[in-house]
Amino acid sequence: MTERSAEPVAPEPVQPAAGAALAADPALADVDLGLSYDSGVELKARSQWAYARMRFFRHRLAVGSLIVLILICLVAVFAPQLAPYGFDELDLDNITASPTLEGWHLFGTDQLGRDYLSRVIFGVRTSLWVAVFVALLSTAIGTAIGAIAGYYGGQVDNLLMRFTDLILTLPGLAVLLTAAVFFGANDSEVFGIMIPQPMKIGLILAFLFWTAVARIVRGLFLSLREKEFVEAAKAAGAGDMRIIVRHMLPNCVGPIVVNTTLVVAAAILVEAALSFLGFGIQPPNAALGKLIADGQGEGFNLWWLVTFPGLVIVVIALCINFVGDGLRDALDPTQRRTRT
Amino acid sequence: MAQPILEIRDLTVEFDTEDGVVRAVTGVSYDLAPGEVLGIVGESGSGKSVSMLSVLGLIPKPPGRIPSGHATFEGEDLLTMSSSRLRDLRGGRIAMIFQDPMTSLNPVLTIGDQISEAILVHNSGTSDDDARKRTVELLELVGVPFAERRVDQYPHEFSGGMRQRAMIAMAIANDPAVLIADEPTTALDVTIQAQIVEVLKAAQRETHAAIVLITHDLGLVAELADRVVVMYAGRVVELADVFTIFNEPRHPYTIGLMNSLARLDADLDRLEPIPGQPPSLITPPPGCAFHPRCAISQGRAICRTEVPPLKAVGVQEAPHDSACHFADELANLGAARAGTAS
Repeated sequence: MTERSAEPVAPEPVQPAAGAALAADPALADVDLGLSYDSGVELKARSQWAYARMRFFRHRLAVGSLIVLILICLVAVFAPQLAPYGFDELDLDNITASPTLEGWHLFGTDQLGRDYLSRVIFGVRTSLWVAVFVALLSTAIGTAIGAIAGYYGGQVDNLLMRFTDLILTLPGLAVLLTAAVFFGANDSEVFGIMIPQPMKIGLILAFLFWTAVARIVRGLFLSLREKEFVEAAKAAGAGDMRIIVRHMLPNCVGPIVVNTTLVVAAAILVEAALSFLGFGIQPPNAALGKLIADGQGEGFNLWWLVTFPGLVIVVIALCINFVGDGLRDALDPTQRRTRT
Repeated sequence: MAQPILEIRDLTVEFDTEDGVVRAVTGVSYDLAPGEVLGIVGESGSGKSVSMLSVLGLIPKPPGRIPSGHATFEGEDLLTMSSSRLRDLRGGRIAMIFQDPMTSLNPVLTIGDQISEAILVHNSGTSDDDARKRTVELLELVGVPFAERRVDQYPHEFSGGMRQRAMIAMAIANDPAVLIADEPTTALDVTIQAQIVEVLKAAQRETHAAIVLITHDLGLVAELADRVVVMYAGRVVELADVFTIFNEPRHPYTIGLMNSLARLDADLDRLEPIPGQPPSLITPPPGCAFHPRCAISQGRAICRTEVPPLKAVGVQEAPHDSACHFADELANLGAARAGTAS
């Protein structure tokens, strides 16, 4: 009873105690309200990119996938240093070994005794390189064509978009196989520049992959060119090139980046299919699709020959798609499915 | 009047549409003297914006067309010059302030980037540092507080009034000789409008530019303009200095505008709207386009058959033109109205 009666008469000591508890709360300790007359401008100025970054890092699956992807890319880049063996190093005493810790043949060895882990690492290197090349090149082509078509409209638009439709209607696989046979079988030299065979496969793929970006960018430009800030830029004396590159393209970066990541994933899969059929990357270069093709004749006996490269393809494609999803959610919050 | 800096003569602008040819501007002529503020007043669709946008080459062609007219700026015809020369002038000697600062700034570029771009486009030798310094100066001039910090912010971090200030800063970046303000206060709320008027005045003091003020806000015209052009259905119907327009209007449309205006200095029970609708610009009424709504015409034949030319009226020294067959009948009426108002 005495305790209870003491409560109303001693509210003062409670107040500072609550304040101290507030200050001691680690979650609130860092909060500096910084309230002053000009606190409005004291707030950190965050660009749209800063907000996009925040949204992206809140997307756990995407961040996890990004980390895995970065690791895979590092392995691919430093393949010669990291791989325990060379990709064509024969060890005829140790053929078709199943996965073992002995001699670091984690993925086993193939029919010629080559270490499969090393071959997969070099395969990732080639496949990723080709995929990124395809994505960048096709994005560049598609963005340029889409931007010009969307900005100028009219006949220019008509011509470019009908050309895009034409490319889209080509039966992809047939064209790929034919082109790969006719143009992509060997290294070649054009105007004194050496074009390695994997790059030629990349060129052929890029030629078929730019249409999606072109359509996306054209659509964005069609709506952007009616915006007042474009008219304002014109009234300020900016030329067509400057308006396209500096005013309109930055407004399309989100969709373009998202599409680029998706192209990387698609290119890996198509290149794997092409190599599997024997028309893609040619030996001695190792490519993931080619590894599966080499291993598939052995059936279940040498299961590791098919399983590991296949798994790696799946992991890479999945990760890229998740990252793309995360990027889309981050860059275009209006399209986001509910996720916090 | 001094040698005009911008002379628009007999300008006609047409747009091809599904329903026919819209004649947005018909035979419009006016001059702009150096350093003056010319108000262009009219309702939506009267051609006040199109007449300015077309001489700057800012209307889409097609569907737009300029079948006739001249627009002489410093001795050169804007309508026939090369597009690269016109681009040099735009944002340089002739700058423009747009109506809606919310949409006229690029959301992905900082305010500073956009203003210094205006500087860099027209002064290719300028270093980025100098452009930035000038940008901060400009922002201070138009009254953006903490300009040094705000220059790196994005448009979404600016309020409407601050954005319009930034737009004005961008427009005066290259010391223009002509500043075209296309409804500069329409998208802002009233207290901000008053501030923007002050900024415009400051901008004019700084650059000595002639301002073309396109608006339907007669209060803004009274505040800023030296002379006023009243447009109706794509034609100039009255042209005079601002005092004459407000005190002795000589065109029934102008009188109608004045009567539909809420005034603090007169005790009116209700405002008098102009009856009827603005005319179609595809098939405008024959004769005077205003005659179906006109209180003066009273069905007289000449109003329906003959387009009234713009001719000098009144006896005052200041030029005063009106395009009404019966402008003389309005002399007393305007005076009488001025009498009741005071």
